[in-house]
Amino acid sequence: MAENPEGWQPRILAIICNWCSYAGADLAGGARIQYPPDVRAIRVMCTGRVDALFIMKAFTDGADSVLISGCHFGDCHYLEGNYKAAKRMFLVKSLLKNIGLDDRRLRMTFVSASEGAKWAKVIEDVVNVTHELGPSPFNKEFGELKELV
Amino acid sequence: MAEAVSPTTSEKPKAPRIGVFVCHCGTNIAGSIDIDAVKEYVKTLPNVEHVNDYKYQCSMPGQSNIQEAIREKDLTGVVVAACSPRLHEPTFRAATKDGGLNPFRFEMANIREQNSWVHMHDPAGATEKAKDAIRIAVAKASLLEDLYPKSVPVEHAAMVVGAGVAGMQAALDLANSGIKTYLIEKAPSIGGRMSQLDKTFPTLDCSQCILTPKMVDVGRAENIVLMVNSEVEEVEGYIGNFDVTIRRKATGVLSPAEAEAKGIVGGGCTGCGDCDPICPVTKPNEFEMGMAPRKAIYIYHPQVVPLLYTIDWDSCVKCGLCVEACGDKKAIDLEMQDELVKVKVGTVILATGFEVFPIETKEEWGYKRYDNVITSLEFERLICASGPTGGHLVRPSDGETPMRVAFVLCAGSRDSTGVGKPYCSRFCCMYSLKHAHQIIEKIPGVMPYIFYMDIRSFGKAYEEFYYRIQDEGAKFIRGRVSNIQEDPVTKNLRVYAEDTLLGRPMELEVDMVVLAAAVQPTELTNKTRKLFGVSCSTDGWLLEAHPKLNPCGTTTAGVFVAGACQSPKDIPDSVASAEGAASAASIPIHRGEVELEPYYAMCVEEKCAGCGLCVNLCPYSALALIEKDGKTVMQVTEAKCKGCGTCGGFCPGGAIWMNHFATPQIVAQIDAFLLGGEQ
Ligand SMILES: Cc1cc2nc3c(=O)[nH]c(=O)nc-3n(C[C@H](O)[C@H](O)[C@H](O)COP(=O)(O)OP(=O)(O)OC[C@H]3O[C@@H](n4cnc5c(N)ncnc54)[C@H](O)[C@@H]3O)c2cc1C
Ligand code: FES
Repeated sequence: MAENPEGWQPRILAIICNWCSYAGADLAGGARIQYPPDVRAIRVMCTGRVDALFIMKAFTDGADSVLISGCHFGDCHYLEGNYKAAKRMFLVKSLLKNIGLDDRRLRMTFVSASEGAKWAKVIEDVVNVTHELGPSPFNKEFGELKELV
Repeated sequence: MAEAVSPTTSEKPKAPRIGVFVCHCGTNIAGSIDIDAVKEYVKTLPNVEHVNDYKYQCSMPGQSNIQEAIREKDLTGVVVAACSPRLHEPTFRAATKDGGLNPFRFEMANIREQNSWVHMHDPAGATEKAKDAIRIAVAKASLLEDLYPKSVPVEHAAMVVGAGVAGMQAALDLANSGIKTYLIEKAPSIGGRMSQLDKTFPTLDCSQCILTPKMVDVGRAENIVLMVNSEVEEVEGYIGNFDVTIRRKATGVLSPAEAEAKGIVGGGCTGCGDCDPICPVTKPNEFEMGMAPRKAIYIYHPQVVPLLYTIDWDSCVKCGLCVEACGDKKAIDLEMQDELVKVKVGTVILATGFEVFPIETKEEWGYKRYDNVITSLEFERLICASGPTGGHLVRPSDGETPMRVAFVLCAGSRDSTGVGKPYCSRFCCMYSLKHAHQIIEKIPGVMPYIFYMDIRSFGKAYEEFYYRIQDEGAKFIRGRVSNIQEDPVTKNLRVYAEDTLLGRPMELEVDMVVLAAAVQPTELTNKTRKLFGVSCSTDGWLLEAHPKLNPCGTTTAGVFVAGACQSPKDIPDSVASAEGAASAASIPIHRGEVELEPYYAMCVEEKCAGCGLCVNLCPYSALALIEKDGKTVMQVTEAKCKGCGTCGGFCPGGAIWMNHFATPQIVAQIDAFLLGGEQ
């Protein structure tokens, strides 16, 4: 693993569903479980809402990683939005590979409203993996290919 | 990129003027986030017209600040950076509305639950994250539009699933407030676990004496439609209008009303019991924990409500002897089929209770291997005057009266070995104290030994009850039982434990061991909760909307929880939560209408190619293709759409506008985070 450039902090976008993962993240707060502050979360009602475009937009904007998190299978507040989102993730991952991005930069997880500790663990994992991968090639400041986008 | 305004917006939107209100939440936020730095930063953001900070933005003065600023600065949007929107979004929406703006022009930046509380040792990181969160929220608020929640009428009926003491209380309260209430119970009788208990702590009233009158009230209540042997099969709709399909299992026995409907005048089951002695099949009675027999046509006990026999199809041989014995009442129909019943209700309460953890999985205690190791629920039946032994506690191995009885508390509870349950089952300490008292009272010279971790006597008059049992002479040994061994000849039991107060291992011979087994949610509860879209905790207990501020609500609007399906609750707590749930569930019904969040999808017809991909994605059949002006386009039935956005996430042409979560709004959030504030 190459040394990461000095001054680089991972920029990670999370898009999370209101009913499970957002509630789980709130629960982690209630329990004061500490985790790294590198992730910025956007709330949607269901992961089904997550358009492939949002993820591609985040990467072209220079995000180092993207996390999509929703309810467990069978627990989606809208029955099956998370199945559809999960299917979409395979598509986006192959797109990422095609444009030369490591597909570990995109991750989908399932964190329920009662899994505060799991949420903290997921964030830690995502942050660690991002550190391992270093800045995205499209990172606006540190990426090798920043001129391309 | 998609249009930045919704297809229904006719006027050109005003240039955004956003007010940002940063909350200290005492020191909850201000303790880890540098509020001044955040404020100075926010002033530099595009579209921000006003920035203010306050100790408690949710307080009256905090809310007034927001209202004044909306008026004075002619704001088009409001951002509050404070706690979670799941807590206070409704509060600030109301304040926004009172200030004269449409409430959906409010956006919240969560800088407490998802920031200051989880980055307490990283003030610099927390402060940067707060700045980003507010920048993201301002970007969204700049594009928010007026939305109008739709009012829908609420069906003047409710449903309660599960008729234990909690479900019965909830149904009675609803019915007494004038609401028609369907009470759905899977067992042949109502009453739940409480009907199996002998006496109840701490007052020691006899369980049947306080429960049976309530059961009779439920059976008689005009507004209660009681369906036993029934389960929820399917649920459609939303708050105010749930369409629920109930499966009424074939019992093989007609009630008098059902008989009359079939033209059998004066017929139907009267509970006379003539069929019982004649039935040739004998099975263990599950109500008596298998310690007494029943027939294939049976009732659990004489006090059942409704008093109707039931056929157990798994054991019935269809010999027809019961049909003969029943005679002219013609109550028995051996060809009866399950029936699906559809009902419409406005709100629903889940009260599906608990079951006992299979304590045989803790093999070291030998339950099901050693005759004289029993569970507390079996103890309840054995000590109960109407139980299989007439209330005489006897050893299953030889029918002798035990003189030395060990009670093992936290059996499978507070157990982090992975076999048992990590939580406290809450009522075991108290009922075991009760059990010790009951044997002291009934068996002169008996010695109860209580093995405990610590006694949790938390309720009203519970601690006093604990002292009373100590005074009555029960022996308390603080320590977990590590092992139990049976003497193969005497069937006595050797109990091994560590006395942690004296700090030494001990062993003790006793005649009987009672395991205060943990409790757990049932598999059926899991199935039912999924039908209603209700979440559960990691342990499977039903999850409340908010543990403190909305303990009876769930994340599905119009669905509430009561009793021990939410977490282990004793009778007083179960009844109290049932009354709370009934009151909450009756509010929308008495108001007669509810407002639905206006988060439905809309079709941007100029962009729609009529491909129909979205139509198949929608789990609620809310979308359809129609012909309009010679073109195929998608159309949304707003009342059916619940706003998940799955269609919008997939539309290849960007032709779906999700209210409040529209593509331009979300893309603006992403850009604001990653590109900064200046696009
Ligand atoms: C050994 C023992 C002793 C106890 N002693 C005491 C005591 O002395 N004092 C005290 O306060 N508490 C005591 N308790 C606790 C008491 O039993 C509970 O507080 C009480 O039973 C909770 O009532 P409930 O209605 O929530 O649940 P339950 O009693 O479990 O009732 C739930 C009902 O719902 C039905 N049901 C379940 N799932 C479905 C479904 N999907 N569809 C339809 N119907 C369904 C069940 O058949 C049942 O009738 C004791 C418990 C045990 C185990
Ligand atoms: S609501 Fe959480 S994934 Fe659908």
